[in-house]
This record gives sequence, structure tokens and C-alpha cells, in this order.
Amino acid sequence: MTAISPRFLDAGEAALVVELGRSVDPAVHDQVLALDRALIALALPGVRETVPTFRSLMIHYDPLVIDRARLVERVRAVELDAGAPACATRWTIPCCYDAAFGEDLAEIAALTGLPEERVVALHAGATLRVYMYGFLPGFCYLGGMPPELVISRRATIRPPHAAGAVIIADGMSVITTFSMPTGWWVIGRTPERLFAPMRDPSFLVGVGDRLRFEAIDCATFEALAARVAAGEIVARRDTMP
Amino acid sequence: MSAALRILTAGPAVTLQDGGRFGRMRFGVTAAGPMDPLACAVANAAVGADPGAPAIEISLGGVSIDALDAAVPVALAGGAFEISLDGRPVPGAVRLTLEPGRNLRVRAGAAGAWCYLAVGARIAVPPVLGSVATHARSGLGGLAGRALAAGDRLPLADLRTPDAPATLVAPCLERPGDVIRVILGPQADYFADDQIALFCAGPWTVSSRSDRMAYLLDGPTLRHAAGFNIISDGIAMGSIQVPGDGRPIVLMADRQVTGGYTKIATVIGPDLGRLAQLRPGARFRFEPVTIEDAVAARRAERDALAALRLEPLLRQDLGSELLLGLNLIGGVTSGH
Repeated sequence: MTAISPRFLDAGEAALVVELGRSVDPAVHDQVLALDRALIALALPGVRETVPTFRSLMIHYDPLVIDRARLVERVRAVELDAGAPACATRWTIPCCYDAAFGEDLAEIAALTGLPEERVVALHAGATLRVYMYGFLPGFCYLGGMPPELVISRRATIRPPHAAGAVIIADGMSVITTFSMPTGWWVIGRTPERLFAPMRDPSFLVGVGDRLRFEAIDCATFEALAARVAAGEIVARRDTMP
Repeated sequence: MSAALRILTAGPAVTLQDGGRFGRMRFGVTAAGPMDPLACAVANAAVGADPGAPAIEISLGGVSIDALDAAVPVALAGGAFEISLDGRPVPGAVRLTLEPGRNLRVRAGAAGAWCYLAVGARIAVPPVLGSVATHARSGLGGLAGRALAAGDRLPLADLRTPDAPATLVAPCLERPGDVIRVILGPQADYFADDQIALFCAGPWTVSSRSDRMAYLLDGPTLRHAAGFNIISDGIAMGSIQVPGDGRPIVLMADRQVTGGYTKIATVIGPDLGRLAQLRPGARFRFEPVTIEDAVAARRAERDALAALRLEPLLRQDLGSELLLGLNLIGGVTSGH
């Protein structure tokens, strides 16, 4: 068991940022997740909501119920067992990389100097970590990309992609949940919905989950999309020991 | 036919809000909720509703509304908007009963950017992820996830018995906007002392390109000492982000929940409404305060809300025809 030595940064009088490291690092993120779990388990009165991000946890609190000093004291008292992260859920997400869906695959191949098939094999072969949500509901940032696929964002914004587009840049993948213009590169598209407000569960993957893409062809995409439209979840979920 | 409020006309960005959609920020879900939570709470208190009960947030675009099938108790509070019933002016912070066939009109007045219409009834719109707050960018809440528009009907249930019309006496809403209090950080250390001083002094004005997501500020250009990108972290309402161009952006109710730009300071909770009510062009500066100061201001705000008074509208204040419209006589004789 190791006690953590975090930096406490105030985001106003009702939100506290507990920063646990200086970089995007699975070990730091494991600490963020462990602190998050510990605070959820403690259910401190006045703690409204926690938001795990790459290297910090934002704690939204009611300062009329729990004051900052008391909150800091409770966070410092949390002992994090960095050596034994809790079971991570592992997802397999179908993704079609065909040109009809992987709209920018040719450009990604040109930028990386790799054949398209190799780009697909690398992307679908990697086990990615869900580091954080942001921007819009269900929009999750996945790290752990193969170094060969690390490319910068576009110099200019491209026209809107479809919801479900899988986009890459800066060593991250994102599974989008809304159609929008982007400065990222569209590598493929999943028929799965990571966010469906009226479905239970509304969100599929949790922060800290691991995720792998499975390459599918266009016909499979259409078949799975029809099942998703009918309310089915087509992503597969396993729990790793 | 059943009881409802009908939107006859609505400017842009008139939305249904409640206390906010909490509990799923970790999944990227913005809380939304009122831009001026105190004004919304005052309006709700005047009709006996919880501070975070659903209410209509009215923008500078204004609205006109009527009631269908039932007399609906309503209360309005917020900026100094012009409110009229069948064309006759009523006080700017008021509780009244909207009878079917009467037209309640709310439009921008001398000052302020948002006005809240609270209802003495349950607005029977199905919640999405636990809230009816509208977040138009993600299409959640309200009616079909969008702003209210002419022809919309908000169904009402559990109508309360109307109380006598009254003026809301809420000194807590008289908030000069020339000084906005902040707590420095979480990334104030990305700026040298002279830039922090420049940030505080301004003077700043709210840009006309501002909206529920963000208030863009016009004023001096700030210089970063140590770059402007950070590893993305959480964003609280009122966080003041300074991107690479050095022009601060205050992230408001519809903000994204995480982001990767430096945040120099955060507006304290009790001053969020004060800032939200500033119109484009109004000048202000920032004043750094301690957490203790901010918490004391929160406590004062809570006490002020509890001390809200309602003064009956008197006959001499208004013409007899209007009094009839306000249901004053009915309210008095029925013993409320």
C-alpha cells in the first residue's frame, strides 16, 4: 500500500483538482482510478461528483457541506494500492475500415508511410485504454496507440464525419458519438453506439476499461448497424482477471 | 385538452432548464442548468418550488406565452426585463397568475441577459439522464433537446392553487457587474505575475459572440509563461480558459466537462449569475478572493434566498383591468 502525494489545485470553491502525475501514463491513470473508486466507496457527504481524467481527478463538492481542508484531509488519507488495479473490463468494438467509412485512411497511410492494410492491422491490433471522456456525451479518449500511428492533427478542420466515426490524432483514438467537423483523421466507423440516452446502460465503456477494435467488412457493418438500431448492443464485453 | 404553457413567440436560446444534469460528467455529459442559478432559485421560491425545479430561461430574444386550459401560477426574476400582461407593464420581478386567454410577454429591458419564468406546477416533460435541462449541443433535455420555439406546448401537472400577485423583494438580485470575484487557478502558475495583474485589471467586456457555453472576453491579450496546452483535466462552471491567442473564455453552463487549455482562474459560484447577466459591451474587472471569502459569499447567498419576501401588489400600483388579469381579486377572496 502506498500513500499518494498529490498536488491539490482549486477550480473555484466548489471543485478540487487532485493531480497525481505529470504525464499521460497508465500507472498514473491507475492511481486516478483508484482514488476515484475510493472516493465513490467513501460517499463523503458534500462530494457531488468525481471526474477522472488522464492524470487528475476533479472532485465537485459543496463547500457548505464539506470544507476544502476536510476534503483534502480525506483524500490524503486514501491509501492506494498501485500494484493491484481492479479488474478492467475489456471491450471488443466492431469497426469498418473500408474506404466508405475510413474516409481518411488513404491520407493516414500516406502520412505514416505504411500500406493501408498495415494501418488497419496496427489499429485493430492494439489494446487501448479509456483515459477520459470529454467534449460531448460518450466521446471517449483512448490511449495506447501504436507509435507508428501517432500523427498530428490536421492543419485545417475537415467536413463533418458521421456519428460513430473512429478518429485518430496525437497518439489518441476517439469513438465519436455525434456528427461534426474535426481536425482529426477518420480511420473507420463503428456501428455500435457508445452513447444512447434512452438505453440502459446509456454508456457502454467506463474510464479505465480496455478496448480493442475488430475489423469488419461493409456487409457486416450494415448487419450490425441494423441490430444496433433495433436496440441491441453488438460490442462484446469480457472482464479480465 | 389539458393544462399547458404555450410558446407564442420565442427569440433564440430560450430553453427549459432545471438544476442541471449531474452525475454523468465522467461520461462527458455537461450539467447545463441555469446561467444565473440564483435568479432561477428566486423565481422558483416565489411559486413554492425547489431551487432547481424546471423553469424557462428567457434570453435577450424574449418570449410571449399564454396558458391553456387552466390558470397557471408563474413567477419571473432575473435581469431587468420588461414584462407585460396583455400589453400592460407589470413589475420586473413578480408573481402572478396567468389566466387562459391572457398574453404574458417578456422582453429585454434596461439591463441583464437572462430572466427566469418559474411555474407553480410540474412541467411534465420527460427527464433525460435524470434532468430536463436543455443542452442543445448534444440534443439532450427540454423538448427534443432543442431551444423552445413558437407553437411549443409545455404540459403541466399538479398545478398549485394560485397565490395573490406579488412583487418579489430580492435585494440579492441587485448585483452590480463591475467586479467579478475569482479564485486563481488551477493553472495560474502558467502566467507570470504581471500577466495575473493584467488579467485582474482588464478592463474586460463580454463579446457579442458569447452564448450558454462560453462568454468570450474582449480586453487585453494575456501572455503565457509556460505554454498554453495542458494535459486535459476537468472543467468547472466559471473556469476561465486562456487558449493560445491569449483571449480569455469563461466556460459557462453548457461548457464541455474536460479540456486541454490553461485555466487562469475560476469565477466564484455566487458571481456566476452576476457575470451571466452582463450584456455585450459592459465593462468589468476581476478580483481574486480566497476560498474562505467565496464560501462566505455562498452562505450569504443561501441566507438571502431564505429571506426572500413577497409584497402584495396594491390596487394603486396597477389599473383595475390589469388587476383582474392578475387574478388579484380571486386570490384575495379565496383566502391565500
